[in-house]
Amino acid sequence: MKRAALAGAALLLSTLAASAWEPTKSVEIIVPFGPGGASDQMARTMQAIIQKHGFSKESFIVVNKPAATGGEAMMEMKKSKGDPHKLITTSSTIYMTPLATKIPVSWHDFTPVAMVAQDEFGLWVNAESPIKSVSDLAKAAKEAHPPLKVGGGGSKREDELVSFGVFSELGAPISYIPYKSGGEASTQLAGNHIVVETNNPSEDVANWRAGLTRPLCVLSPKRIAYTAKVTTDMAWSDVPTCGEQGLKFTYNMLRGLFLPSGVTPEQQAYYVDLIEKVTATPEWKEYLERNALKADVRTGKDYVDFLNADEAKHKDLMAKAGFLPTN
Amino acid sequence: MENIVYLLDGFQVALSLHNLLFMLIGVLLGIVVGVLPGLGGPNGVAILLPLTFGMDPTSAIILLTSIYWGALFGGAITAVLFNIPGEPWSVATTFDGYPMAQQGRAGEALTAAFTASFVGAISGVMLITFLAPLVAKFALRFGPAEFFAVFFLTFCSFIGMGKENKAKIIVSLAFGFILAGVGIDTISGDMRMTFGVTELMSGVDFLVVVIGMFGISEILLALEEGMSFRGKNAKIDPIVVLRTWAQMPRYIFTFIRSCLAGIWLGISPGGAVAASFMGYGLAKRFSSRGERFGQGEIEGVIAPETAAHAAGTAALLPMLALGIPGSATAAVLLGGLMIWGLQPGPLLFVEQRDFVWGLIASMYLGNIVGLIVVLSTVPLFAAIMRIPFALIAPVILMMCAIGAYTVANAEFDIWLMLIFGVVGYAFKKLDYPLAPMVLALVLGDRAEDAFRQALIGSGGDLSVFWENGLVTSLMVIALALLLWGPISDGLSRLRSRRPVAAE
Repeated sequence: MKRAALAGAALLLSTLAASAWEPTKSVEIIVPFGPGGASDQMARTMQAIIQKHGFSKESFIVVNKPAATGGEAMMEMKKSKGDPHKLITTSSTIYMTPLATKIPVSWHDFTPVAMVAQDEFGLWVNAESPIKSVSDLAKAAKEAHPPLKVGGGGSKREDELVSFGVFSELGAPISYIPYKSGGEASTQLAGNHIVVETNNPSEDVANWRAGLTRPLCVLSPKRIAYTAKVTTDMAWSDVPTCGEQGLKFTYNMLRGLFLPSGVTPEQQAYYVDLIEKVTATPEWKEYLERNALKADVRTGKDYVDFLNADEAKHKDLMAKAGFLPTN
Repeated sequence: MENIVYLLDGFQVALSLHNLLFMLIGVLLGIVVGVLPGLGGPNGVAILLPLTFGMDPTSAIILLTSIYWGALFGGAITAVLFNIPGEPWSVATTFDGYPMAQQGRAGEALTAAFTASFVGAISGVMLITFLAPLVAKFALRFGPAEFFAVFFLTFCSFIGMGKENKAKIIVSLAFGFILAGVGIDTISGDMRMTFGVTELMSGVDFLVVVIGMFGISEILLALEEGMSFRGKNAKIDPIVVLRTWAQMPRYIFTFIRSCLAGIWLGISPGGAVAASFMGYGLAKRFSSRGERFGQGEIEGVIAPETAAHAAGTAALLPMLALGIPGSATAAVLLGGLMIWGLQPGPLLFVEQRDFVWGLIASMYLGNIVGLIVVLSTVPLFAAIMRIPFALIAPVILMMCAIGAYTVANAEFDIWLMLIFGVVGYAFKKLDYPLAPMVLALVLGDRAEDAFRQALIGSGGDLSVFWENGLVTSLMVIALALLLWGPISDGLSRLRSRRPVAAE
């Protein structure tokens, strides 16, 4: 109760403080990925909402900086110390890229603004697949020779980390096949070129609705909340969690925003307030539901605590999977 | 045939006055972004995406696809006039287009390029109109092994058809493969050949290399020959379009061949770049004037442009039907679809019939509008050649720099572009062909990924490359094309030795 009151007070303070500072020129939202991807869509949805509701007098511009798997965008943010007109969108890559590549940058070099949502991960199989549960999967993986073909987007990124987490718990070897994107992995699953695949809901929903692929379970501790029918007879909330079927491993991915370091608390408060306004709009809720993202807005200390815990979890998992460079 | 009924409904949607206006605006904007190398397709569409949020989805996609068509047309302009391919698939257009412009035949080259893109695009749209569901199912049969076979086919056809010194082709090809390997490796996730340079982590972008090797090296060559302050002799000739058209029927087989190659590569997602090279290679081998390709042969412009645009258009089909973008621009359009609340995928054709058929109808109309607009500007663009090179060189240099920068908004790429300008200059001086390098750079890492993905899946067993009819036939055609060139050359040499066979 006390904590809620404090948070409320902080919120009130931040709204008050927000009137103290406003952007004086256009604001860049830097997306450390190429145009068209999930992060890009999120940034462009925010841009559209800010523009439509007139939340800011200045315009917001989305800039894609995919170079070096987001490493370059992160380096640029590090160099833009004290610049309150630059935001960067993030996902788990904010820990994974620096850890895997040893680029000298981390989120500690930035000012956290807010987490806006958490992305879900699921295990997917072909619609015709005989695999109906986690135990079927474990059985199939143990019997497969050559090892079971598991697909995902990218190598040593979220998808492979999730595959590692799941199959090391099931105690079965796999052949992980990395594709350029989650969408490509989904198509390969629809064409029966791989047996299982890990993906965000948004990357697989089209093939699910078309009856080509099917979610086995979601890797979140709780079921996805959306109850509207996605296919003719199923909603996201009908998909069981992997935990219900005895798997302990869980995984979610943050989606959030940062400012460069060295900005004033007033400037930070302005953006916290802005994000709170954006995430309260019906358009934002629609965006979340369309991509089956979990609504989870965290700011201030809550956000920092989450980041610390999540970073430690990634570091540990990456070390176990052998994704950290040894030299 | 119910598709025809839907299409007619689609035309009704697309033919409204404001949609036609959007088409015109889109095409004009597209030409502008197409002319600036690097700014082309994906960036142009991405920049304009926010403008469409308030519009209804059908008008929005008509505007954006028109930008796409405009950019496709615009890419050919700089390729022909300045030897700078505005889009990756315009590279093969420069081989004969630029020599033609140098000979004062820019108008002809541009007309041929535009007409060819139009024919290619229309053949692609017709495919979408009539075969959408079938094709979508076919594309699902492509796993890693099949993908590799398609890339292998492209390499083989290009090498087999090449008439240059084979050793030099292989050197150039190997150089391209090395460049393609720079950066994060998709399969292992490790860095390769980055030497600790952060900027190299995402690899060497194809466009940066091409802008350097084609555009910058051309300026260097011109500098060496001494700056001339006299323009090329290029008459402003209003009927050049009609005169060029009069020659077109002669090249009917080139058109057909390129359309088929393009459609094939577009749906079996080899992409427009592979298609343009294959179209050029096939025409070079089968044309009666193949020997003179590279010196300004109009067929050498028609072949790659037709194939590239047939493929580029056919590639929109997997995007609509499967939700996989066939190109970077398609990826941005895909993002747009989702922001407007539409879900690409197999159900789009069922659930959003108005939208889909409106879009398909706008593909026909957009291309017609585009063709009219660009053809009417041919005499103007051709006249640019009259401006002395010394005056226009700084402008080209600036365009190149802007283009290289916009690819990833990275300053480092401008330096890279300059370095590749020097490399390109050396290639040209030493008479090494650029095309194999470009081909290897574009398709090299994708071919490698597919090869390794296939082997991971099979547990290292090579038989995966002939385990089903599809992949086996692709591999066999590839080898046939690879060997066809040397064998037929050998045969014709043998024949010419016998006096009886002399013509």
